[in-house]
Amino acid sequence: MSAQLVQYLLSGVTIGAIYALVALGFSIIFNASHVINFAQGEFVMIGGMTTVSLAGAGLPPLAAMIAAVLLAALVGLALEKLAVEPARHAPVVTLIIITIGASILLRGLAALVWDKKVHALAPFSGSAPIEIAGAALLPQSLWVLGVTLAIVLALWWFFGRTLLGKAMLATSNQRVAAQLVGINVRRVLLISFGLSAALGAVAGILIAPITLTSWDVGIMLGLKGFAAAVLGGLGSGPGAVLGGLVLGIAETLSAGYLSSAYKDVIAFVLMLAVLFFMPSGILGGRAVERV
Amino acid sequence: MRSWLASPRTGGLAALAAVIALLPLGLVNNYFYEVAILVGLNAIVCVGLNLLIGYAGQISLGHAGFFGLGAYGSAILSARFGWPPLAALIAATLTVALLAHVIGRPILRLRGHYLAMATLGMGVILSIVAATEDHWTGGPDGMSVPPFTLFGTSLSGEGAWYSVVGALLVAAVWLSLNLIESPTGRALRALSGSEVAAEVSGIDSARQKLMVFVISAVFASVAGSLTAHYSGFITPSKLSFFHSIELVTMVVFGGMASTYGAVVGAAVLTTLPQLLTVFKDYEMVVFGAIMMGTMIFMPKGLVPSLGRLAGTAVGALRGGKGVR
Repeated sequence: MSAQLVQYLLSGVTIGAIYALVALGFSIIFNASHVINFAQGEFVMIGGMTTVSLAGAGLPPLAAMIAAVLLAALVGLALEKLAVEPARHAPVVTLIIITIGASILLRGLAALVWDKKVHALAPFSGSAPIEIAGAALLPQSLWVLGVTLAIVLALWWFFGRTLLGKAMLATSNQRVAAQLVGINVRRVLLISFGLSAALGAVAGILIAPITLTSWDVGIMLGLKGFAAAVLGGLGSGPGAVLGGLVLGIAETLSAGYLSSAYKDVIAFVLMLAVLFFMPSGILGGRAVERV
Repeated sequence: MRSWLASPRTGGLAALAAVIALLPLGLVNNYFYEVAILVGLNAIVCVGLNLLIGYAGQISLGHAGFFGLGAYGSAILSARFGWPPLAALIAATLTVALLAHVIGRPILRLRGHYLAMATLGMGVILSIVAATEDHWTGGPDGMSVPPFTLFGTSLSGEGAWYSVVGALLVAAVWLSLNLIESPTGRALRALSGSEVAAEVSGIDSARQKLMVFVISAVFASVAGSLTAHYSGFITPSKLSFFHSIELVTMVVFGGMASTYGAVVGAAVLTTLPQLLTVFKDYEMVVFGAIMMGTMIFMPKGLVPSLGRLAGTAVGALRGGKGVR
């Protein structure tokens, strides 16, 4: 394997892990509420930008990060409570427009509260690259991969072992039945928004030292996270992770060997291809629409 | 007489034509004309988009793509190849119609969120292409577009543009109203309610959706071509995701499934940023808030809600129970 290929794979897996986190956020909300939250990318932006501005204001990095995740989770809870909950019985088109409105609103607020410049966040532990088979691996990439792995394991434990996680799974399978056995479905919806907002914020913080952050990073990261979720099969946890990694690697390979100008197009071409030819994704079950 | 006036197809159209004919009295300078022309051009797009979103119930988050294709098609053919602008406009429109027909088939098989994301993806791909192929499009800096000529004479001056755009808007509204009243319109409303039920009652929903998709793309493309020629300049922002969102917001705010609502939505949301000079910084916040607010508090949109209010008031005045 040439050093160049290893380099592309390493960068691909790193960015893919970020897409996977965003995709997991999409899937968690989709499972709980059957809503695609178009504002998912904005949580990524809030995570990165809040950390940058709080760290810039003199807060210790770790405290800034925790505050950023909490802020994003609060925004997620507010979004569910104030905008999605009131329109719970509305048609899909209405819900789509509401979450898009929320994403435009949050992006506009970010431009007002902060600015329209690009910001850098210091890497968590230095920037001296580690050499692997002739390719350079940034220490930050290890952080990205490590934290993503930890989160995936934690989610696996949460959904498989805890009562709340099982309640969320039950709600996603059959909302009415879940309600009948005493699960507080509205709370499950609320928690799903808070949880996936927090996941998005973590992704935004992890990637900020590598790709920089700004008021408008949410749109691309959100869309690609969705592309990853669709690729893996919307609503499937392992699918989201697989979709993210496949997308990240496809993107860096095509940027390296085909055209770097069109690297962003790859994600959308892949997404369209999957939607057209394999709508349930790689690991998704067959979707059946209820009349 | 009364029923003639009350029918949206005749009475409403006459009212719209009257407003367009009388508006120049209030347009005291070229700037006002400019805003009115932009309103008209956006309204044409929204009337088409409303057919798709409001009547067929299919969302498109990529209509700025068709708008931009029309604009760049006209711009490139007339500026780089020396085509007469009218021929360029027609060629661009036909290309967009063909493209919409080809991609419409697989895209419209998708529903709800998937359709939204697919149209969005399509729009984003187009805008990246426009920003990247700079030897054709001038890249992110944009390109200049020659003025529009009609049979050898150049269309210049705000008054001339106003008349052309006004006439086109009336034509667009007339087409839209006729389509809605036709069997196609009824079929669309049926499939917007329940696609399965529509199919069971014998509606070829795929064909109907595709037709409306192509029509709305054509409306957007024509308006895009004219906008490019009118403003003399075009940048990729015209086919950006945010422009698609602006268009959807206009339709939604004015009132889904209301042709005049689309016109009113375009008028209000095109004029608003022009009126408030400080608005520029708050543009996104305001558009986002309008989208959310309309959907949560007034899901039918401005014009249908006002219409219902007026209907109730009239009913109350007559001492009746009030009309729905």
